Amino acid sequence: MADLSTDFVGIKSPNPFWLASAPPTDKEYNVRRAFEAGWGGVVWKTLGLDPHIVNVNGPRYGAVWGADRRLLGLNNIELITDRPLDVNLREIKQVKRDWRNRALVVSLMVPCDEESWKAILPLVEETEADGIELNFGCPHGMSERGMGSAVGQVPEYIEMVSRWCKANTRMPVIVKLTPNITDIRYPARAARAGGADAVSLINTVSSITSVDLDTFSPEPSIDGKGSHGGYCGPAVKPIALNMVAEIARDPETAGFPISGIGGITTWRDAAEFIALGAGSVQVCAAAMTYGFRVVEEMISGLSQWMDDKGHAGLDAIRGRAVPNVTDWQYLNLNYVAKARIDQDLCIHCGRCYAACEDTSHQAIAMKPGRVFEVKDDECVACNLCVNVCPVEGCISMEAMTPGTVDPRTGRVVEREYANWTTHPNNPAAPPRAAE
Amino acid sequence: MIPTPRTLGIAPGRLPAEEIAANFADLAPPLTPHEALVAADRCYFCHDAPCVAACPTAIDIPLFVRQIATGTPEAAAHTILSQNILGGMCARVCPTETLCEEACVREAAEGRPVEIARLQRHATDVAMARPGHPFRRAAPTGRAVAVVGAGPAGLACAHRLALLGHAVTLHDARPKGGGLNEFGIAAYKAPGGFAQAELDWLLGIGGIEVRYGAALGGDLTLRDLRARFDAVFLGIGLGGVNALAAKGTHRDGVRPAVDFIAELRQSDDLARLPVGRRVVVVGGGMTAIDAAVQSKLLGAEEVTILYRRSRGKMSASGYEQDLAAGHGVRILCGVVPVKVKGNGAVREVECAYVEEGPKGLRETGETFTLKADQLLTAIGQTLGPDVPGKLELEGGKIRVTGPGQTSVKGVWAGGDCASGGDDLTVTAVAEGRDAAIDIHRALMG
Ligand SMILES: Cc1cc2nc3c(=O)[nH]c(=O)nc-3n(C[C@H](O)[C@H](O)[C@H](O)COP(=O)(O)OP(=O)(O)OC[C@H]3O[C@@H](n4cnc5c(N)ncnc54)[C@H](O)[C@@H]3O)c2cc1C
Ligand SMILES: Cc1cc2nc3c(=O)[nH]c(=O)nc-3n(C[C@H](O)[C@H](O)[C@H](O)COP(=O)(O)O)c2cc1C
Ligand code: SF4
Repeated sequence: MADLSTDFVGIKSPNPFWLASAPPTDKEYNVRRAFEAGWGGVVWKTLGLDPHIVNVNGPRYGAVWGADRRLLGLNNIELITDRPLDVNLREIKQVKRDWRNRALVVSLMVPCDEESWKAILPLVEETEADGIELNFGCPHGMSERGMGSAVGQVPEYIEMVSRWCKANTRMPVIVKLTPNITDIRYPARAARAGGADAVSLINTVSSITSVDLDTFSPEPSIDGKGSHGGYCGPAVKPIALNMVAEIARDPETAGFPISGIGGITTWRDAAEFIALGAGSVQVCAAAMTYGFRVVEEMISGLSQWMDDKGHAGLDAIRGRAVPNVTDWQYLNLNYVAKARIDQDLCIHCGRCYAACEDTSHQAIAMKPGRVFEVKDDECVACNLCVNVCPVEGCISMEAMTPGTVDPRTGRVVEREYANWTTHPNNPAAPPRAAE
Repeated sequence: MIPTPRTLGIAPGRLPAEEIAANFADLAPPLTPHEALVAADRCYFCHDAPCVAACPTAIDIPLFVRQIATGTPEAAAHTILSQNILGGMCARVCPTETLCEEACVREAAEGRPVEIARLQRHATDVAMARPGHPFRRAAPTGRAVAVVGAGPAGLACAHRLALLGHAVTLHDARPKGGGLNEFGIAAYKAPGGFAQAELDWLLGIGGIEVRYGAALGGDLTLRDLRARFDAVFLGIGLGGVNALAAKGTHRDGVRPAVDFIAELRQSDDLARLPVGRRVVVVGGGMTAIDAAVQSKLLGAEEVTILYRRSRGKMSASGYEQDLAAGHGVRILCGVVPVKVKGNGAVREVECAYVEEGPKGLRETGETFTLKADQLLTAIGQTLGPDVPGKLELEGGKIRVTGPGQTSVKGVWAGGDCASGGDDLTVTAVAEGRDAAIDIHRALMG
């Protein structure tokens, strides 16, 4: 059996699956049950200074559903913990005492002055928690008070607070980043510059999920009004993966530990984050949708895949995809593929045809008997038909063998790699030698 | 002359061989990978799921379905098999319409449950196609256990005991293992020699020595087994059948349905298996349905089931009744056979209508006669004659308390031969498994 044990900036857990700071980790009752269910660690729901904040007393969540009402995106207007600090601290200490082998990280958000941080850090240290996570991410409510993403959007603040924390505690410091920013590399660099041990990302994405067309109120509606909330769940995974990859391949932050968060729902999602460099992964929406037991599938799936592929431990996969993330300009323009429709799997729905004919390259022929075939002389291999086909594996992309002629361009497919930087159409490309 | 469905008497080859072969193909063919993903996607991953509560072996259904949905059918199989080592057979034979799938919340919501059985088959098929055995034995305990009966109960018990590190000797009176998986289940539910393949795969755990042709009451005595082993488990099923209370049952063509089915299951050429032109089956359970449907599939022209009570009281599920009806089997309820007529062989069955009254069933006095060449009785099975006298019985079965403890110390029993239970493959598996765990507890303290 593959070894899933994880050591993330010195914080050890039997598996990489942590619950993200959110309602699932809100209190002792939840966290104990989460550990019993098998979660490797938790990041406790964000603590703040007393007097504790309050939440709205109406709906906190909005949602986006896919087919069959599958929850694809969840939006919330909840704030940080709404319980007194000492209650949380006492519970954290009790849980940690009984669950030594699980990771217990405490998320914090206090006003942006050194005194506040100095005050709270020793209290957290006293619980024997394994580390702290600085919540610079909440996009709603707290940011209006100069905390959360209001800090996370200013790299200088991130660096400053990281430094304060490192100066005032021996615990590892993880900086949780907001995705509500133009370039994620700046806050990550700032966290590193401030001496933080790691970053975690993403927090939620600013969003309005829907508008009630009778009341004209955004959802979730509190007495006829709504405010933007934070979006999470499967819908945000691509945003998160990209941001994780950006940090992992930025020379200034390469190798900086990352805890990956955002839309992780299955073992496969988790493996993808790890392949892009994540040292641990955090989950919120999937637990909120399916309950703590989803972790069983994550554990069994990840171990089975690792066993099948012969990966003994997480080190064998961590970051393996990072070297393959590159800029568009370096992609091989001599790589030519064509769509292939497996006629045995085709159910003749015609979605590929509609997509290609109406919106792409008119490269699919519809023949008598609803037979759909790719026209190689038109197909640009855009992948749209693959993506709209309801049958997994029915349409695939087949690379053309170098030396053969691409019927679309009439040109021989070349073996050599060549990218945009040297392409004749690129005005910035170095001029070719005169013929 | 080539026989047809209308050929008189009992004759083989009433249909062309290819047609018979097609008739006995997989009743519920395996899902393709695409179908499996679509089917798995429908599961809601319910909390404290009702399907799990409805499964006698309590397989973690939402988890295994999710494991299929996330592309790890082997992990799904592990989830299934760790609760039910005959998960492959159960996927094929369980009356899920009265078990897990009946409890599925999507059955309540849409009248269309998640296809749990077919998904279970998908996962176990994938796992069984892999080389090797998915479980590893614990270190040897030095204890030896005798298991008598290699049906579902005995197999589940033997596997769990072996898994826990005990040395198991598995005995069966027949020359082949599998019990009713091999000799009873309708052929179209587990075609392709699945029962033996699953048995071989199950024995892959190691630590199970098999002795066929070893019968308790014959060469084996309970006293001897108790002396030679640290514990004994009996999973001997029901070896006897109830006799039909009608006149003339000695005539040729009258036989227990289970014998007919056993012969059918062991036949390597169904085109040579004789069946009547007009078959009458007596009974209201799974055996009656299976005998009737399989007679029809062999080419019988007319098949009639006689059941004494009302349709709703048949122990065969609505799904199975429909299966029979869909094959053209006629089901007559509130009817009993009173006299088997004929000259040597059965020619006619005289039947009487019965009603349910305060003192039970009584004949109304109205009778009718059915033409028949074959009469198959499926009115219940009983313990065979070889049950050691020391064992206390209850309701005609070996009395057990808790996880299969019999009245004799060191002897456990489970499956059809033991009191309680539903006479289903899956309950036999559950009882065998639980008895093994109890034996382990008793032996290891
Ligand atoms: C025709 C028919 C169809 C059925 N269809 C279904 C179905 O579709 N789905 C379902 O869930 N259930 C079905 N059942 C019920 C199911 O087959 C039984 O509940 C199940 O097989 C019971 O398992 P068991 O291990 O207790 O007994 P069995 O399967 O009967 O196995 C008992 C074993 O013990 C051996 N044995 C008996 N006496 C001795 C002895 N003295 N010494 C040594 N060995 C002995 C036998 O040879 C046999 O191998 C059906 C039953 C019948 C008869
Ligand atoms: C209701 C709710 C409350 C949350 N509260 C916090 C919080 O207090 N602190 C924090 O750092 N993140 C909070 N988050 C964000 C999550 O920790 C996580 O970063 C985000 O949901 C993305 O992960 P997911 O797609 O797995 O849900 C909250 C999310 C939700 C849904
Ligand atoms: S989940 Fe439903 S019942 Fe529970 S607190 Fe929220 S609104 Fe109330």
